[in-house]
Amino acid sequence: MAQNDGDRTLMCGNDAMAEAAIRAGCRCYFGYPITPQNEVTAYMSKRMPEAGGTFLQSESELAAVNMVFGAAAVGARAMTSSSSPGISLKQEGISYLAGCELPAVIANVMRGGPGLGSIGPSQSDYFQATRGGGHGDYRHLVLAPSTVQELVDHTILAFDLADRYRNPVMVLSDGILGQMMEPVVIPDEPETHEPAKPWALTGAAGRAPNVVKSLYLDVLELEAHNRDLQAKYDRMERDEVRYETLEAEDAEVMLVAFGTVARICRSALGALRDRGHRVGLFRPITLWPFPVEALRATRERVRAYLVVEMNMGQMVEDVRLAVEGRRPVEFYGRSGGAVMTVEQVVERVEALAAREAASGEGAS
Amino acid sequence: MREVVREVVYQMPESLKPVVTHYCSGCGHGIVQRLIAEIVDELGIRERTVGISPVGCAVLGYDYFNFDVSEAAHGRTPAVATGMKRARPDLVVFSYQGDGDLAAIGTAEIVHAANRGENITVIFVNNGVYGMTGGQMAPTTLAGQVTKTTPRGRMPEDVGAPLRVPEMLALCDETTFLARCALNSPRNIRAAKRALKKAFQYQVDGAGFSLVEIVSPCPTYWGVEPLEALKWIEEKVIPRYPLGVFKDAAAAAAAAEGAGAEAPAG
Repeated sequence: MAQNDGDRTLMCGNDAMAEAAIRAGCRCYFGYPITPQNEVTAYMSKRMPEAGGTFLQSESELAAVNMVFGAAAVGARAMTSSSSPGISLKQEGISYLAGCELPAVIANVMRGGPGLGSIGPSQSDYFQATRGGGHGDYRHLVLAPSTVQELVDHTILAFDLADRYRNPVMVLSDGILGQMMEPVVIPDEPETHEPAKPWALTGAAGRAPNVVKSLYLDVLELEAHNRDLQAKYDRMERDEVRYETLEAEDAEVMLVAFGTVARICRSALGALRDRGHRVGLFRPITLWPFPVEALRATRERVRAYLVVEMNMGQMVEDVRLAVEGRRPVEFYGRSGGAVMTVEQVVERVEALAAREAASGEGAS
Repeated sequence: MREVVREVVYQMPESLKPVVTHYCSGCGHGIVQRLIAEIVDELGIRERTVGISPVGCAVLGYDYFNFDVSEAAHGRTPAVATGMKRARPDLVVFSYQGDGDLAAIGTAEIVHAANRGENITVIFVNNGVYGMTGGQMAPTTLAGQVTKTTPRGRMPEDVGAPLRVPEMLALCDETTFLARCALNSPRNIRAAKRALKKAFQYQVDGAGFSLVEIVSPCPTYWGVEPLEALKWIEEKVIPRYPLGVFKDAAAAAAAAEGAGAEAPAG
């Protein structure tokens, strides 16, 4: 994606995400107030009319996601965003979007849970995002940006991926990323491809009527539909895995973290390297599909993994599945809106490295 | 020899697919869907009409209408219609809903779509029960009426009184046309068609939100013969659900304008 055809602007993540959506061709945004994503609805309410699009503050999160459903069904690029409790309410709509094969972008600016939780930043919706909080056999892509620039890039990418697969795509932000300001480049005309949508409900002029539905009362028909959907999800798993590694080549201890926490781990990695520890960072960018193969390949050299998350331990399960018990996988997390410090991560890695060294000596 | 004049006076509307519906004997959905199809044909809007089927007996509407149709999650139909109409104002969008869909699980969506004055048409089929799931109490079930979940009859002091939707929505300033009709006689069916046509015409004219409630028979879950169900509507349902127009803002505005034009210039 072009990064240099515009001026750098200082923006908070929520504003930048909203602007990126508009530049990507989103002309329908429906949302409901919830902290810490309120900048998105405010920004959209100001900018959408200027861009010739629709902003509507819905009566509920349920209504917002179903307005997105309607806009997507008639062929528009549509988006909604919320934060954790609101995303729970949208799960019904996400299941219907997936079942009806409608493209849409949903952003979750995560906050602490469960229940009403806190308005502090969190990553505790990992399970909900990657397993599907709604009912039925479905999957959707989950993009996990770790900078405001990536939030912009992922938002633009999300619209393309949604259209390519006719499936909802989730951008998983959090309260820090949404609120923090960083310089960003938002291309005036990003490279984006909105395909023709012959399936859309645009009026049956000169063609047979189109139907958007997820109801298949004949069980074998529904099974066939689910097999078709699965084939699509398999293509996503094959083609859309994204991740980044840092100093992984000689790493003996591998940090695994996504989003905001990956930034903290990056700083910790610098400090640990300065002290002579061979530490690397593996950062999944797509949380679904999870970069299983790439992570598994690192276990040849890595002696132990430390998964760091702003939750009580969610992605760590995927890491353990990928590593298949061949190496110890430890977890360090803060929850409820609390954020770990660089020092805390450093401490954990040093303790882990010391244990591994001791167990290595004991074995020899 | 006498000249024979042949003229088509009644036929399958183009907007209906020539298929047999799944509706029970004496059900009103088939009549309502035929009326909609006739109106869509008469207004010449078939190629830009999008219907939305609810969750409930009418969900299979997309198998019967010969134009674009979407499904919607239970009760969310007015939100889906809002998204469609806001994205593509040139389309004619109607939301077809039953009483459970509209007046129970979808109460928030219908009230706020009405309150925003969305330029859509809502067809609200009130048969007083949940049909698809086997005849449970609906928000519109009559006091004393026995259903699967009110075996001793609906007791308003316990579960609320039958909800009157158009009367309630008439309190929303931005609504345009609110009416209630019934399918218990040919005369009432013709009246229903006139109301429905107005509701579609208003949308085509950009006049705003219309809702037509149609009191419809469900002999299966009322436990009566189809003919008896029509009598039941007349004797029991209509006294609680009076027929008529509760609001016609567009007609009122036109009348006021007409009166203004006739008034002598000052």
